[in-house]
Amino acid sequence: MNSCAVSTPQVLLALLAAGARHGYDLKRAYDARFPKARPLAYGQVYATLERLTRDGLAQSAGTERVDGPDRTVFAITDAGRSSLRDWLDAVEPPAPHVTNALFTKVVAALLVDEAPGAEGGLAVAYLRSQRRAHLTRMRDFTAVKTAEDASVGEVLAADYALAHLDADLRWIDLTLSRMSALRREVQP
Amino acid sequence: MKRTAADAATHDPATSNAPAVLTATDLVRSFGKTPALRGVSCAIRPGEIVAITGPSGSGKSTLLLCLAGVLQPDAGSVTFDGRRIDRLTERERSRLRRTEFGVLFQFGQLVSELTVGENVALPLLLSGARRKAALRTAADWLDRFGVAELADRHPGELSGGQQQRAAVARALVTEPRVLFADEPTGALDSLAGEQLLTQLTRVAKENGTAVLIVTHEAQVAAYAQREIALWDGSVVDDGLTDAPTAGARPGSRLHADADEPDTVGDPVATFEDTGSDEREG
Repeated sequence: MNSCAVSTPQVLLALLAAGARHGYDLKRAYDARFPKARPLAYGQVYATLERLTRDGLAQSAGTERVDGPDRTVFAITDAGRSSLRDWLDAVEPPAPHVTNALFTKVVAALLVDEAPGAEGGLAVAYLRSQRRAHLTRMRDFTAVKTAEDASVGEVLAADYALAHLDADLRWIDLTLSRMSALRREVQP
Repeated sequence: MKRTAADAATHDPATSNAPAVLTATDLVRSFGKTPALRGVSCAIRPGEIVAITGPSGSGKSTLLLCLAGVLQPDAGSVTFDGRRIDRLTERERSRLRRTEFGVLFQFGQLVSELTVGENVALPLLLSGARRKAALRTAADWLDRFGVAELADRHPGELSGGQQQRAAVARALVTEPRVLFADEPTGALDSLAGEQLLTQLTRVAKENGTAVLIVTHEAQVAAYAQREIALWDGSVVDDGLTDAPTAGARPGSRLHADADEPDTVGDPVATFEDTGSDEREG
């Protein structure tokens, strides 16, 4: 999976997992949940919903009229939940600057997982897996830079990668520490 | 990117089937009413370099001290080389720590009245070695850490990095089976810390010494072959099982969460950079 694929389909599925919505409502939920993200155009929401429906990941669940035209309400299907779950379970390739994808996934996990139980649920499990993947990558770079024949250039390149992965990892740890606050915000 | 030849050639204890040298089973330990360990189990193989990580208050130093036989657990067992060390007398444990274990703290804790060479020789002298032989062995160990020329100086004349290297030499001079290091680079700048860890892990591998490094820093943990991650007194990842466990009550620690000022800025802001995905199309 490409780390840049902070994927609109998966994010919309996560929002649908928290309850059936029509496209207009989904767009508003997206804006509220990811306020600093690049705005999602309505057209894109509808195009994505069409694609999700075609692929059997979402389905129409009737229509609703609110101050205007009839709007189709969409609901996530079992296949949609399973696809979402696969995405949530997959760690992002540990590379610098993946925080966007990490954050999206954490919020999506909280949307899906309304009753996480004592163990912290999907979001926590995901962060711990991601932490392990990051640390494994940092171990590789540490091996590179501590090799006896490493050139200064190689050491500096490894230093750079390590510092950035370390920043991600600190963010992961902080997010784990703030998890209950984030949960309250996402699942009011 | 190239890996070291030595790395490839080194037998990786993390994946070997060798029996554990040190094992903790269901360790429970509280301080007053505050639980520090809530049933921790782990196993360390001979020659393995393991990081014990976790936020403040997660129990990592308590675990280290229990494994080293310094602290007695309230429940559970610690086994070294097949012997229950939690059942030994204080005197027996003290002897074990002198002969089989090495200990290293954040500040080297060298004895300021002794020379560096005498400091390193100290564990040997305490075990009854002759002074001359002990000092000679100490000089060899100082040499392995690149500070042979400091043997006749006093600790106060050394930089923090030099002191810590002497402390590592002292911790390893008895050729212990296990070295316990609690935040060994905590007082050093990054470059000095890096030199220390590089030498420490290299020498430990050469000698087959298992090393347990307690740290809250990922860059330090990355020198180890695997990580035992603690959260709130429980192991949430031992680096061996397929997936980490979610663990006990995330966000339940004292300083976690809502009342804490946000020091990392707004992670959402970086979302804006998200490039080229489907949104474009």
